[in-house]
Amino acid sequence: MKTLARKRRHPAALVVLLLLGLLVTGGAYAVTNSLTEAKSAEQDQALIDEGRQLFLEGCSSCHGNQGTGTETGPSLIGVGAANVHFQMATGRMPLAGPAVQAPSKTPEYDEQQIAAIASYIASLAPGPAIPSAADLNTSEADAAEGGELFRANCAQCHQASFQGGALNDGRHAPNLTPVSDQLIFEAMLSGPQNMPVFSDSSLPVEDKQAIIAYINELREAPAPGGWALGSFGPVTEGLFFWTVGIAAAIACAVWIGAKVR
Amino acid sequence: MSDDTTTRVPAKTDDSVVKNPYSWPANEHQPPPRTTDLSERAAKRAARQVATMFLLSGVFVALFFVAFTYMSPTDTVEIPYLGEIGGQHVALGLTFGMAVFLIGAGTVHWAKKLMSNVEVVQPRHDFKSTPEDTQGALEVFEEGVEASTWKKHPVIRRTLLFAMALVPLPFIISLRDLWLTPPGVPNPDAMLQYTIWTKGQRLVRDITGEPVRAEEIPVGGLVNCNPEDLEAVEETEGNLNARAKAAIIVIRMEPDEIQSLQIPDGAWNGIIAFSKICTHVGCPISLYQQRTHELLCPCHQSTFDLSDSANVVFGPAGRHMPQLPITVDDEGYLIAQSDFLEPVGPSFWTITGEVGP
Repeated sequence: MKTLARKRRHPAALVVLLLLGLLVTGGAYAVTNSLTEAKSAEQDQALIDEGRQLFLEGCSSCHGNQGTGTETGPSLIGVGAANVHFQMATGRMPLAGPAVQAPSKTPEYDEQQIAAIASYIASLAPGPAIPSAADLNTSEADAAEGGELFRANCAQCHQASFQGGALNDGRHAPNLTPVSDQLIFEAMLSGPQNMPVFSDSSLPVEDKQAIIAYINELREAPAPGGWALGSFGPVTEGLFFWTVGIAAAIACAVWIGAKVR
Repeated sequence: MSDDTTTRVPAKTDDSVVKNPYSWPANEHQPPPRTTDLSERAAKRAARQVATMFLLSGVFVALFFVAFTYMSPTDTVEIPYLGEIGGQHVALGLTFGMAVFLIGAGTVHWAKKLMSNVEVVQPRHDFKSTPEDTQGALEVFEEGVEASTWKKHPVIRRTLLFAMALVPLPFIISLRDLWLTPPGVPNPDAMLQYTIWTKGQRLVRDITGEPVRAEEIPVGGLVNCNPEDLEAVEETEGNLNARAKAAIIVIRMEPDEIQSLQIPDGAWNGIIAFSKICTHVGCPISLYQQRTHELLCPCHQSTFDLSDSANVVFGPAGRHMPQLPITVDDEGYLIAQSDFLEPVGPSFWTITGEVGP
């Protein structure tokens, strides 16, 4: 003990102590981390296996046993978990039948099953992951900038107040009013069907958060002008005037011109 | 018709019938008498109805003040089948609308039920003037010409005609800049031929102004871009025309999906840039559908196949969307190889569907 006490002022003591400290903390971290990693890897593997089973039962007839696609369904290699979750949670997949555009309907799988299939597909090849809670946190987002980004990138199809709009050949861009933040985020990430892909590299996460903040802001905005008529602007307003307004004007004209008794 | 037997002017002399109040002669055929003509009670009832409408109009004006004072613009009312409706503006519109409508409705009711409805004939003279009037007017004109000495002094007549022939010339000369401009200033035709894109200029994202790296655009992706110099141009010239002409869309597809390109070496690994301004009447378009590679213009449904030289596949557009040749610089950012090789925007003069491959 005395020798140790004497040597503690030795120039090398600090270095030795530092090395010792690093070794101990590093070693401890490696041990505990590998334990938890192994545990979560085990869970992940179980989820992937469950997903694979569900995939073989419900999806492989079109997408192939290995997810590489067939004549009736595209390859899912590299599409990512976000894509799988969007398609299945909105009920677009499994597809009810051939159509110009897969319609959204009541999902046939629950969230747990969808998560399993998503992790199986993600295990085949890397792709955009399901957005995390931090990705979906829009509390710091700038809704005003989101509005500008929305009008530059989204409004051409989804309309400036995101009520959706018609495309060609019977396709349409859906109304975003009832769509959750997560699904909007996933749609941007994966570009479902004919929607262009807005990956995190082409449209950064902050920009996506701003867009979602704008959508939420406008979704909750009151309509002080009265009846918003679906916020479609001149289309429904014109239709309302042509039917209700002109009908009322014709009724008045008929009354004015009617024979008096 | 039974109406003929009940015409009251001039046949009827009943006191209850409204008499012809005009000096003009009554029409031979008259409408049948109204209940209000025949019955004093019916007339009084109609008068009460008219008065009620006028009074109700006043009530709606009062309700307008109530809505204006005691409601808030953010109040909403839930109405079955219509959903949530902004309360105050609807109330203001309805009350004021009813106040105006009831004045009109009361007046119409008054006219229909109580005002005289005797049909009379208003005599009118011919449109053509009498020969005497025409002759008189001509004589006055001839006298005026004589008195002005127009015929006596031909030099005055000719110099006046000469001066009046020259007067329109300044107006024509002031249109000169439609085809002649001072040195260094492009004429309107030349301005249609180019945009501010130059060789080596970076593509920057619309709104954020961030430059774009090639690898940042995923397959199936769409980025709306402007030239990097746009901000400077806007500052110095306040010129929105530059933006209107230079806006582009940048898309990426698998290289083997590209069937043809207007500028074969103007794309980079499946990344292609096109003008955003429709060649029909100039709407900005970015309705790009990544599976079909179709670009759809929402104004008149012109549809361009971006995988096939952006050729028109449907709609009124006369020619393809011009391609901007791009490449990447040393740092991996997308840059323009040059300006567009043809005018962007609506086709004009000789720029027709024949241009391009």
